This record gives sequence, structure tokens and C-alpha cells, in this order.
Amino acid sequence: METHTDNRAEDVLFRDELAGGAAWSHVLKRHNVLRIVDPRGGANVSALFFHHDVPAERYNMPDTLKAQHTAYLARGRVLLSDMGRVLCSIVGDTCGWHDALCGHTDAALVESKYGRKRYQQARNQFHRNAHDNLVVELEKWGLGRRDLAPNVNFFSKVVADEDGRLSFVPGHSKPGAYVELRAEMNVLVVMTALQHPLDPSTTYAPCPVELVVSRGRPPGQDDECRRARPEAARAFENTERFFL
Amino acid sequence: MATRLVESSLNPASAARSEVVPAGEPWLGRIQRGHVLRIVDLEGNQAVDTLFFSAADVRERYSAVDTIRAQGSLYLSTGSRLMSTDGSVLLTIVADTCGRHDTIGGACSAESNTVRYGHHTRSMHSCRDSFLLAAARSGIPLSKRDLTANINFFMNVPVTPDGRLTFADGISAGGKYVELRAETDVLCLVSNCPQLNNPCNAYNPTPVRVLVWERA
Repeated sequence: METHTDNRAEDVLFRDELAGGAAWSHVLKRHNVLRIVDPRGGANVSALFFHHDVPAERYNMPDTLKAQHTAYLARGRVLLSDMGRVLCSIVGDTCGWHDALCGHTDAALVESKYGRKRYQQARNQFHRNAHDNLVVELEKWGLGRRDLAPNVNFFSKVVADEDGRLSFVPGHSKPGAYVELRAEMNVLVVMTALQHPLDPSTTYAPCPVELVVSRGRPPGQDDECRRARPEAARAFENTERFFL
Repeated sequence: MATRLVESSLNPASAARSEVVPAGEPWLGRIQRGHVLRIVDLEGNQAVDTLFFSAADVRERYSAVDTIRAQGSLYLSTGSRLMSTDGSVLLTIVADTCGRHDTIGGACSAESNTVRYGHHTRSMHSCRDSFLLAAARSGIPLSKRDLTANINFFMNVPVTPDGRLTFADGISAGGKYVELRAETDVLCLVSNCPQLNNPCNAYNPTPVRVLVWERA
């Protein structure tokens, strides 16, 4: 499962760190690559994706999953927009499973699970939640709670039994794990590093992640993600038509 | 929520509204708190793509992932509480003679049809076109931004323990129904699915009936 893409150190454009509990956003330019690294293990990053040129076009969970006959995300798969185009390709991944079904935490869940810790007492160690973080970050780009749709939870694995009952798999993301996303258009990435909503731990301890943005290359005809399925090839064709 | 087959005691003759929605058409209705909505799969195996919005503020809407998270399971049946993006309960499923409803399969669109079935399917009618037309006609400030992961009543989208997702033959049949009690005033936007390219409608989209009781 360990994979390395062909991005070389000299292609790195910048590095950043997302503190546990905090939010981040960036317009990942077409064909550039965002690597998200979980240095300690056990991170969860809740993320949303928008076509920056036309933000009404955005990541669509059902379209992404049903086109690829999968209930989770992994290397070789793509994040599809509601317009049948590829926002991002997953070109590197050491986890093998990223949750797409379970949403994110909100204030009520965080308080019931971890108790309340307000800024007045805790300063920047106060208890934050993914819903509010994502709404704030969306507002900075002229978007808002209206745009809060089903998100991806990178580094988290949740499995369903035959009746659909869900179980969170602890310890899924190992120290140093990473996932790499190549933008196939200019993509607004909005994310927050907070615990998965079904993580049974009752200790508020969101893990930080490292972010590396590198210059990438356009996917060729032999690209792994393009060739993974005929559905993906057609979505790449739709994406490339947008730029013609 | 595991399958929970529960029949309703409500009499269709006492419903305040009872309307047939032909395949390929939308339906938009307001259901007040405490009122009950029933959707009947008249001929069987018909997917009914459904969105709910808070009538007081349509920015608050049904959230598939918050519903899944809150109940800790994927499928909807009797007892499922349909959660909003702001964490409140919009409706509760109070009766269900089908047993399982999907909320991760989404709605078909011309664009997703090109991805899934090929560019020759672009001109076929789709749920999201029905949603957009109904929203545009309604005068309610709803746009494509507000159309997120919906419920597919009567549709069977099993997820296997190893994470595969399939569109399986329906488990519904003619006359099966699902009934929901509104826990707050809601708008209900339905597209009676016109999809012909997969078994969600048994390759033959058929009408459904929508009933609303004002006194349950």
C-alpha cells in the first residue's frame, strides 16, 4: 500500500502545519499536489472541495462513491464534483481507506463527548468542533453553512456490517501516514483537523497534520486514476473539456 | 438502523392531501410540525429521491452524514431520526413496510449519467433536473448549492463490510410505504426518479402517491 509519487523535493512550493483543532483553506492550482501528513498517527482531517472558478460546483459524495462502486476513498480513486468532473485525484496514500460517510463533529457532540472548555478558561486549547470550523473557513471565501455538504474524513476508517451498523477502526492511521491529492482544476480545499465523529475516545486530543504543496504534472493517458475505471476516464474527459 | 417493519394505523381516507406523482416529476410540499407524510411505492421498486429543508430557514436542511453519524448506521427505517445540518431532528420515520431506505446513493443528474453510463445518456431526464426545475418554479430561494445528498426511499444500495457499494435490485414492492412525522415545519422536495440505466427503478419508472395527514 506504501506509495510514492514522482514529486521531487525541488518541486515543493510551500509547507504548512495545521494545528489539531484548527482549520485551513487554500486554492490548490490545477495539477499541483497537496500532501497531508499525519506525523503522530491517529489524525482525522475533515475536508470539502470546490471548483474555485465556479464554486457552485463542488465535491459530491454520492456521485464520487457510486461512480467508483466504493463506500470509501483510497489511492487511484478520484473526488468527483456534482458536474461530472474530477476535482482531485488521490495519487498517493499509505492508509488505504478514508471515510466518506460519517460527516463531522458539531458543538453538541463535542460537548457531550469531551465536556465544555471555553476560550476564557483554556485560551487556544479550547474545545473546537468541525462544523463551526468549516463554516468559518467557508465564510472567508464567500461561502457558508449553505455549502456544508458531506465531507471526506482523511485517515479514518469506518466499516459497516450487513445491517449497516458502523464501527470506527482505531489505530488505522500510523505515524507518518500521508495522502496526496492532485488538483485537476483550481480547487478550493477547506479542511479542519478534528477527531472523527465516531472515534470512541472521550479525550479531546485532535492531532496536527503537516501540509506540503508541490508542483505537479498533468495526468497522462496512462495515469493510474484515469485508467482505474471507465467512469473515471469519462470524468477526466469532462474535466478537460471545461478547459477547451 | 436495522430493518424495522412497522405498519401505520392512519386511514388514507382521512388524509388532507393525497396526490399521485408520476415518474420523472417533482413534488414540493410543506409539512407542519406534528403532521405526517406518507410516500407509497404504488407499483414497486421505485426510487423516490427526497430532500427536506427547515421551512423557517431553508439554509438548514436534511443532512445524510449527520443522520448516519447520529444513528451510527447507514440505512433508514422505522425509528430513524432525520437530522439537519444544524444538528436538529427534522422528521422521524414512524412507519415503514419496506424495511430499508438509502441515503448515500444520491440523485441522478445529466452530468453524473455521462460519467456512469457514457456521454450518450446526457440528454436523458434526471432527478437533479427535476429538483432544479421545482426549486426555480417555487419562489423559494433554493439553488443547486442546496441540493446535497438526499434520501432514496425504497432504494437498496448495500455497502459490504469490505467497503464495496452496489446498486442492487430493490426490496420494495407495490403498495409498500414509508411514513414520517415532521418534528418541525419542513419543506419536502421529491423527485420521482426517471433513471433507466440501473435497477433502482427496475428499469421501469412508475408513479408514487404522497399523502399528508394534518391530525395524526
